[in-house]
Amino acid sequence: MKYFYYPGCSLEGTAKEYNLSTVSLMKALGTDLIEIEDWTCCGASAAHAVSELLSYVLPTRTLALAEKMSRERKEKLDILVPCSACYLNLKKVSHDISSAPGLLEKINAVLEIEGLVFENRLAVRHLLDILTRDIDIHDVLNRIQVPFKNFSIAPYYGCQCLRPFPVFDNPEKPESMEPFIRAAGASVHSWEMGGRCCGASHMTTKPEVGRMLVAKILTRAKWADMILTVCPMCQMNLEGFQKGISRASHEKMDITILYLPQFIGMAMGLPENQTRTDLNLCITPGFYDKYQAALKQLSDGITRSA
Amino acid sequence: MRSTSRHILGSVKEMIQACIQCGTCTGSCPNAFAMDHTPRHLWQMVLNDRTRDVLTSKTFILCSSCYYCTLRCPRGLPLTDVMGSLTRLARTENPTGFKKSHLFYGQFLQSIRRHGRVNESELMTLFFLEMKNPLLPLQYAGLGLKFLQKNKISLPFVEKEGSHGLEKIFEKVREMENQA
Ligand code: SF4
Ligand code: SF4
Repeated sequence: MKYFYYPGCSLEGTAKEYNLSTVSLMKALGTDLIEIEDWTCCGASAAHAVSELLSYVLPTRTLALAEKMSRERKEKLDILVPCSACYLNLKKVSHDISSAPGLLEKINAVLEIEGLVFENRLAVRHLLDILTRDIDIHDVLNRIQVPFKNFSIAPYYGCQCLRPFPVFDNPEKPESMEPFIRAAGASVHSWEMGGRCCGASHMTTKPEVGRMLVAKILTRAKWADMILTVCPMCQMNLEGFQKGISRASHEKMDITILYLPQFIGMAMGLPENQTRTDLNLCITPGFYDKYQAALKQLSDGITRSA
Repeated sequence: MRSTSRHILGSVKEMIQACIQCGTCTGSCPNAFAMDHTPRHLWQMVLNDRTRDVLTSKTFILCSSCYYCTLRCPRGLPLTDVMGSLTRLARTENPTGFKKSHLFYGQFLQSIRRHGRVNESELMTLFFLEMKNPLLPLQYAGLGLKFLQKNKISLPFVEKEGSHGLEKIFEKVREMENQA
């Protein structure tokens, strides 16, 4: 299988490990990712706040570049996007041009100055969508090496991979990550926060509100060993402010937060230079010990059976 | 505020004309607790042409685009998009009212305009400089330091290899918007 790949700005910076672990995992699963050449920012939440036209033009520029590659290579591939905010911005273009007459022409009038044209030919898909619907879970199951037995794992989906477009999961009661958690031998932490909002960019512009939303999520994950995310914004909000939130709420909130492909990679036995857990901001000592114990049990088992 | 004439809200009003004031949006909104007017109340104000009250409200700037309201509204109204439209309107009609968010978004777009991609550390530096509040960066200093240690953010103002700006695209968008 092959996909065009759009990492997006965060995955070049604060979410490097999401990029590197996604690329490694997809490779291990026998999938090729072809990065869109010369891609640029999708506009994040900033373009919407300033200019409607720009908020369409920015993501469409990258889509047009992918179509250009598709023509040159004579291959029609889906576009894989790991960041939920990028995913929605890219996906929204094809949805909105069908309900807003004249919008496509306007966008193309701008892109023309770079010699680009958008024809709405390729599907935009979230990483979780591709893992859920294109990858055979039995294939993953067969490759599991490190059992996460005794781990309780809280799947956190956030908003924009689920809503407003319900493509691969139930936007009210998401569960697409659960098969991967179970495949690794862990149990799914039962909570109702999986699809709740982390506050997105509130942490920068309205930190007092952002902290409240994040605190709610962290509190309900208290008895879990870790939280899994599929978005750099969710990840940063959940992992970056735990100390401050603990101080403010007089309750210790420290919990390991990993990106889903890091976790699947770990369970499949990919080495750290592929899962890049060295780049995460909060892997707790308790988690680390438990994981080391699982690894030790594994190697003991191997020596005994040898 | 530059003007309080009725037609400013016209296009927004059209988008929510079918609202039946059931309050599902408010009940679903994770940020309603921090808003001065709940989403349902905001729609009511829009429908009643309370332009000034609407554009000085903090409601839409507190929207984090979670799309719960859009998903659940029994009339299928595009409420998250409406919040976006109001944010843009407020930016032009009441520019001093939402200084912090507007500065941040402005800097964000400048970063894209210059580099094509966002340079996260440059963005934060410029944002702090424009806010002219030397204490503000402290809130984020710890996190920024962690990112630097992990080699996740590049130093400000260093051009990434192969990156280029989007001057022409930004200019063209501005030109077309001025015509409209
Ligand atoms: S959910 Fe829809 S119909 Fe109900 S109050 Fe909100 S906007 Fe109006
Ligand atoms: S999209 Fe915005 S207004 Fe709607 S529920 Fe979410 S935060 Fe509230």
